[in-house]
Amino acid sequence: MLSIELLLEALVFGALVGCFYAAVSIGLSIAFGLLDVPHIAHAAFLVLAAYMTYLLGTYGFDPLVAALLILVPFFFLGAIVYRFYYEAFEKRGADTGVRGIAFFFGVAFMVQVFLSMTFGLDQRNVSAPYIGTSLGIGEMRIPWRLIVALCVAVGLTVGLRLYLLRTFQGRAIRAVAHDAWALRIIGADPVRTKQWAFGIATAATAIGGALLAIISPVEPSLDRVYIGRTFCVVVLAGLGSMSGTLAAGIILGVTESIVLTMFGASWAPAVAFGLLLLVLGIRPQGLFGR
Amino acid sequence: MKINSIPFWAAAILLPACAYFLPAWGLNEYYLYVGYVVLQYVVLATAWNILGGYAGYVNFGTGAFFGVGAYAALVLFMKFNAPLPVQIAGAAAIGALLGLGAGLLTLRLKGIFFSIATIAAAIIIETFVLNWRYVGGASGMQIIRPAVPLGFETYTRMLLVVMTILAVVSIIVARFIEKSWLGRGLRAVRDAEVAAECSGVPTLKLKLLACAISGALMAAAGAPLPLYSSFIEPHSVFSLNYSVMALAMAVVGGMSSWLGPVLGAILIASSQQFAASASPELHLFIVGALLVFFVIAAPDGLVGLLQRVGRMTARMTGMQNVRPKWRS
Amino acid sequence: MWNHTKRDVLRGIVLGLGLVLPQTGWTQEPPIKVGTSMALSGPLAGGGRQSQLALQMWAEDVNARGGLLGRKVELVTYDDQASPAQTPGIFSKLVDLDKVNLLIAPYGTVPAAAVMPLAKERRLLLIGQIGYQVNSKAKHDMWFNNSPWSDAESWVGGYFRLGQSVGVKKVAFLASDQEFAQNILAGAKKLAQNAGLETVYEQTYPPTTVDFSSMVRAIRAASPDMVFVASYPADSTGIIRSVNEIGIGSSVKLFGGGMVGLQYASVMQALGSQLNGVVNYHTYVPEKTMAFPGIREFLERFAKRAVAANVETLGYYVAPFSYASGQILEQAVNATKSIKDDVLADYLRKNEVNTIVGPIRWGADGEWAEPRVVMIQFKDIKDGNVEQFRQEGKQIIVEPERFRTGDLTAPLSKARGR
Repeated sequence: MLSIELLLEALVFGALVGCFYAAVSIGLSIAFGLLDVPHIAHAAFLVLAAYMTYLLGTYGFDPLVAALLILVPFFFLGAIVYRFYYEAFEKRGADTGVRGIAFFFGVAFMVQVFLSMTFGLDQRNVSAPYIGTSLGIGEMRIPWRLIVALCVAVGLTVGLRLYLLRTFQGRAIRAVAHDAWALRIIGADPVRTKQWAFGIATAATAIGGALLAIISPVEPSLDRVYIGRTFCVVVLAGLGSMSGTLAAGIILGVTESIVLTMFGASWAPAVAFGLLLLVLGIRPQGLFGR
Repeated sequence: MKINSIPFWAAAILLPACAYFLPAWGLNEYYLYVGYVVLQYVVLATAWNILGGYAGYVNFGTGAFFGVGAYAALVLFMKFNAPLPVQIAGAAAIGALLGLGAGLLTLRLKGIFFSIATIAAAIIIETFVLNWRYVGGASGMQIIRPAVPLGFETYTRMLLVVMTILAVVSIIVARFIEKSWLGRGLRAVRDAEVAAECSGVPTLKLKLLACAISGALMAAAGAPLPLYSSFIEPHSVFSLNYSVMALAMAVVGGMSSWLGPVLGAILIASSQQFAASASPELHLFIVGALLVFFVIAAPDGLVGLLQRVGRMTARMTGMQNVRPKWRS
Repeated sequence: MWNHTKRDVLRGIVLGLGLVLPQTGWTQEPPIKVGTSMALSGPLAGGGRQSQLALQMWAEDVNARGGLLGRKVELVTYDDQASPAQTPGIFSKLVDLDKVNLLIAPYGTVPAAAVMPLAKERRLLLIGQIGYQVNSKAKHDMWFNNSPWSDAESWVGGYFRLGQSVGVKKVAFLASDQEFAQNILAGAKKLAQNAGLETVYEQTYPPTTVDFSSMVRAIRAASPDMVFVASYPADSTGIIRSVNEIGIGSSVKLFGGGMVGLQYASVMQALGSQLNGVVNYHTYVPEKTMAFPGIREFLERFAKRAVAANVETLGYYVAPFSYASGQILEQAVNATKSIKDDVLADYLRKNEVNTIVGPIRWGADGEWAEPRVVMIQFKDIKDGNVEQFRQEGKQIIVEPERFRTGDLTAPLSKARGR
């Protein structure tokens, strides 16, 4: 029953979906990879952004346009959350491990319940001309929504990578990840830099959320699935590596797709987590880790 | 090892007795349902705190151990027609093994990686059970209960007594750990693991022991569930909600003492039952908000607040140097 | 005997007073409480809220006629979110705390299955609410279903007969991994085996699956003549969308079968023209062969009430049957003049009940002796309009023969106009 064509299709789809996974994980790559914040609420913010996209969709906004609209509010959301986290935990030192994690867990939970109270438990969809139609290449039919996700993902990755490499702010962010004291010496405020970085990470997550709404129907409990996927991508990439995120996303996407095709849908939920555990066990620094 | 405080042991014996006699004296059956759920959470929160509060390793996989306990009891019942005490013992044993195994795999990881790994382990276990047709897979399994054992009128009464005993046992265990060499070692792990390792504390062994005990208790809490609801299915049993609740109860109650999870569990679980008919989701939201609030503003939980109040009143009444004999 | 006489005397006094004094209202006896639960939030809420409104309407109608045995009927409902973890606790509350007199089962298969052991142990009468084979394990003798099916053959037999009529040889199965869908699947597989069909694909997916593209691709690669799907509202929507997006292949003559959710107005509206050609089960459609006495009038009243109650205005799938479950209780109580579970159960075992969904008689397992599930094919559906489903000819009945209003259009691609 397993033909070469089916396998090939699985590969192509897997790669496309993998780029989507990379796009939604980039925010976490910055927040957790670079800034060491135990941001368990990342997936929750992702779903929140997806719902905002849906909400704007009911007013007629195309999801990609909606993504641009929510970019700035989410930046500020990120900045505020980080400030909160810093004041409450990071400033006070080392025994914050449990509490910091518990804090984000609580925030994630609150976001999820808030969404289910406001929007209900039903699945929500957005519509756009590129959702529901597909491009025919030979025997395969590739949905346009995946192609859109691919373009946005690549754009986001390249954009952020350039930002971190070329601009002063970007380099400051990479520096603060390495050594906060040194940053102080050259006159940049590490706290504000981290705040800015967290804001950017959350803004990237906003775009990821819009993609999420395009790719699949959204429901409040979706964040649990995406915690596994995003952390898997970030850890597999190696903490702090932007280009690694794209590669890691594709690896996860292809693995999931092949498992789905060969072993059936029952094992799908465990793939991302299984891969995560594998990486943590064998090569914790990931593929391109610092 | 000074476990010689009389009020504690008196309560330990009185509570199960109350659980047995109150229904016989006319307490409404519905409150037995509520009591069962509250006590179940007492066990879960106390068990969580052994690893989370004492050792500082945040376990997000409470639901997994709870679910494993429930399914272990189910299998023992289906295959061997085992009576409830055997089911509980079996579930606890499997929970301990699972805790040990999970610990071996993940305890080398620090902080957030450990927590994420616990979520991962939970999802993988749930996926295994989802695919296991013998216990019904994702469809779940209906259980036809055998006749109620001698001495009890209904199943709910018996299960309430059982859960009370389990709660008392878990509190005894937690208190013992807290005041013994095990507790001191775990506190060293929590506060400064590397330093502890250097001074010769066998950190890995201690952590593994904590994992095993915690897992065993959580699984034991899940064991009576098939008989309680006569229906079991993976999605609700392995729910992440159990993990959030256990964590929230311990944080709100106070993570440094055995009393904390108990207080937190009673407070949150009882309010949940009352909120259930009105708005279960609003209650969940409030639990999350309480968690965030306490973690920021009152990190020592209700127990910490009570201690502060106690110290303030002692200062005011000039009794700060007098320590009552029964407060051990 | 004494109570009977006392009630008669009381009634006599009240009647007498009523003749002399202005209408004083109810007797001094407490109201008859009818308890149940359904999903008022969550994925099955579309059906659950229909059920609640229909039962409310029934309670009001009964009270307008003087109540049951002269006592006012009071409905007690809880939101169970279609969760089997909630229903045992809720039903314990209903019986022990709220002290209801009569029970209607939770809406849906899985939540109802969870209360069967409780009902059996405590000898409680339960009227079923859109549940499938809920009683198969517990074998409770006081269970009477309101849904027009009995076993898998009754539900999907029509689908397979249709398949045979168009010469189907190869079949693909796709089912959600939960109680209801797996039951239907098991029945369907047996039917396929009996008919000598070859299974070219079979997949059971976790209920939380959102992405069906890999499964649809695999089905297409297997080139089946017939695809049988047993799914719940969220997956049904996802599957239809996926088929629409990447195609199921030109070999497929028949697609659908046991997809829950394609009867809900919200789903039908969201999918619109993507439904064309799909053949699926239904309990009631506004075709002329299903004009049971009282149903049209009920649906018109329901449509008006639905707007205010924020419920779908069509109400074909669930509402008439929930109303009927109230009617079942009403007739049994009026005939036996009792509200005791065993007396009522005994009556229902032996008698036929007349409801707005037709006459109902039960078999030994508490399911309908004469099932009444129909297979419909969606035809000429346009996007964005939910009122079109009120017209005849949009959901034509293709099976069974006695309800047929049109011919099946096969293969699927022809019915979809591609």
